[in-house]
Amino acid sequence: MNAYIKDIPVNDMLRKDAMNRFMRDLLTYILLSIFGISMLVPFLWMVSTSLKDTGAIFTFPPQWIPAETTWYASSDGGRCAVRPLGDQGMDRVKVKIIEGSRKDEIVVVLKSAVTKEWKVKVMWRNYARAWKAIPFGRGYINSLLITLCVTIGQVLTSSLAAYAFARLRFPMRDYLFMGYLSTMMIPGVVTLIPVFVIFKVMPDMLNTLFHTSFWTTDLYLGNFYVGKPVGIDSYFALIMPGLFSAYGTFMLRQFFMSIPEDLEDAAKIDGCSLFGIYLRIILPLSKPALATLVTFTFMGQWKNFMWPLIVANSEEMMPLPVLLASFKGLYSTDWSLLMAGGIIVLVPMIVVFIASQKYFVEGIQLGALKG
Amino acid sequence: MKNSLKNSIKEAISGYCFIMPNFIGFMIFTFLPIIASFFIAFMHWDLITPPQFAGLHNFVSLLGFHREGGSMVPNDPDFWKFLGNTCFLMLGIPLNMAASLLIALIMNKKLKGIVFFRTIYFLPSICAGVAIYMLWQWIYNPDFGLLNTLIRKLSFGVFNGPQWLTSTQWAKPALILMGVWTEMGGYNMILYLAGLQGIPPELYEAADIDGASPWQKFWNITWPMLTPTTFFIFVMSMIGGFQGGFQQAYIMTGGGPAGSTTTIEYYIFNNVYVWQHMGYAAAIAWVLFAVIFVVNLVIWKYGGKVIHYI
Repeated sequence: MNAYIKDIPVNDMLRKDAMNRFMRDLLTYILLSIFGISMLVPFLWMVSTSLKDTGAIFTFPPQWIPAETTWYASSDGGRCAVRPLGDQGMDRVKVKIIEGSRKDEIVVVLKSAVTKEWKVKVMWRNYARAWKAIPFGRGYINSLLITLCVTIGQVLTSSLAAYAFARLRFPMRDYLFMGYLSTMMIPGVVTLIPVFVIFKVMPDMLNTLFHTSFWTTDLYLGNFYVGKPVGIDSYFALIMPGLFSAYGTFMLRQFFMSIPEDLEDAAKIDGCSLFGIYLRIILPLSKPALATLVTFTFMGQWKNFMWPLIVANSEEMMPLPVLLASFKGLYSTDWSLLMAGGIIVLVPMIVVFIASQKYFVEGIQLGALKG
Repeated sequence: MKNSLKNSIKEAISGYCFIMPNFIGFMIFTFLPIIASFFIAFMHWDLITPPQFAGLHNFVSLLGFHREGGSMVPNDPDFWKFLGNTCFLMLGIPLNMAASLLIALIMNKKLKGIVFFRTIYFLPSICAGVAIYMLWQWIYNPDFGLLNTLIRKLSFGVFNGPQWLTSTQWAKPALILMGVWTEMGGYNMILYLAGLQGIPPELYEAADIDGASPWQKFWNITWPMLTPTTFFIFVMSMIGGFQGGFQQAYIMTGGGPAGSTTTIEYYIFNNVYVWQHMGYAAAIAWVLFAVIFVVNLVIWKYGGKVIHYI
């Protein structure tokens, strides 16, 4: 037995194994890096463009580092900055002098006398320009307000209903739940049409109903326009339809079903009310599911586009994505400005994601298992 | 007995109280609108004049054909074109899934710094939205964009690269390519990763003893064990694909050139918001629902068979 073991060169085998594993890991890291770079390059391009002078964008070949190129023509007298205007024969070029005492003079010089120099020129000003060009501050406030209201409201209404569907017995419960489920298959655009009509006709209907004109007036908070009371161009319309979710109810109900009932029975014997059970037992035990619903609702709402696009008419009422889209309409070819605006919108999202990515990953896996 | 009856009544009342806030919202913003949109689909309504009953007229002008010069011509050629666009863009789904699976396979190793890579891979799908679509429109710029520059460099100036978003041929592939970039490290990758981590290691150990090659292990263990995940992702992507494509097209191409990137969702948006053809929009929405429903039935009927359960 002993002799048998001794015959195998253990050290050699281990070394070979370790070598193999090292090669495999190296290969994995190389592949991971290739994908990683392909993910990052567009973002870097975005940052690079956002820091360029408008003129530097449309140069060929494009430069990664924002820079300014200047041509200099030198003659025996000295050298001065020029702008090339075009070739003049084989070896000469026509240039316009753009500095010094002979400014605006057009001369023809030898090609070899013209040199190109470039120096780094980072246009931080683009960000200030973007921030001034469009009310991003207001957009942030709108996005935050709408997203917070929708997230809190949806978690609240969904968890209450989910608790009732999971635990309480009442007539029609299962039919109602089936009703919730069956609507989840129907595309969002089906309900979009009547909901749009509701908000479109609501203010006038309310006006005739109450014999006032209040429901179509513009509201101001100090100097700030805060939309109409209801209907198109109101926070009411931006927030209301998001507060209720069949999907959230379904997901939380499935999670609540998996919580053992013993705890609740004990609490019931101790005289705890149903709302107390919901608040003190069910909710604390469902933190992962609630975190999932919160992250998903938050991100979904922050990026929501079509509904706010339809409902928000004035710039003051637009959340960030819609604002950015209208910004793009105004400055359609000013790419450095557009990219700066895009980064202004993206940065907080990236920060929130990096801080909360644990919930994302867990949430996606949980959502798939339950859904 | 009396007490228990009292208790169950009490429970029923609290049950209704608990669901009330959600239920009212559900009725107003989901259930009743579904019913209403069904009726609107049988009307002409421009929101200015009162709605008029139109019978099947919306559906006939949407789906019907008429004879023109001896051949049958659809009443609304745009609808069929946009449905075709939607399906074309859905060719990105298998590409997305393959890319996600590939990344998940590479990620499924206990290596240092894997969380760092996961964060980077996830970034595009988190950021996907107006800003990212703007960025890609710039990347696709035929003259000064990143992609065509790259193509020119790599081919030593031989190829110039297509016109991308401004060409009717290349606009859709461009959107698909962007979709793969935004989605491949996102939700589907995480789902595949979870699926991979759920495969019992004993299976691989047994295969190692039998001397199976990595390729054999993939096709005989990994792929069959992942079929539930693949099926889930496929079904969800199909449902999403049929009712998607608005935002990218709205930002990047405005549905053009010549309607080549307009999807059904975009068509509905135009009908609702731009032209205010409420009845027609509702009819398209219901036809879309029917398409999704039928495709789902087919997937479940034939797809159910390929799933291997543990």
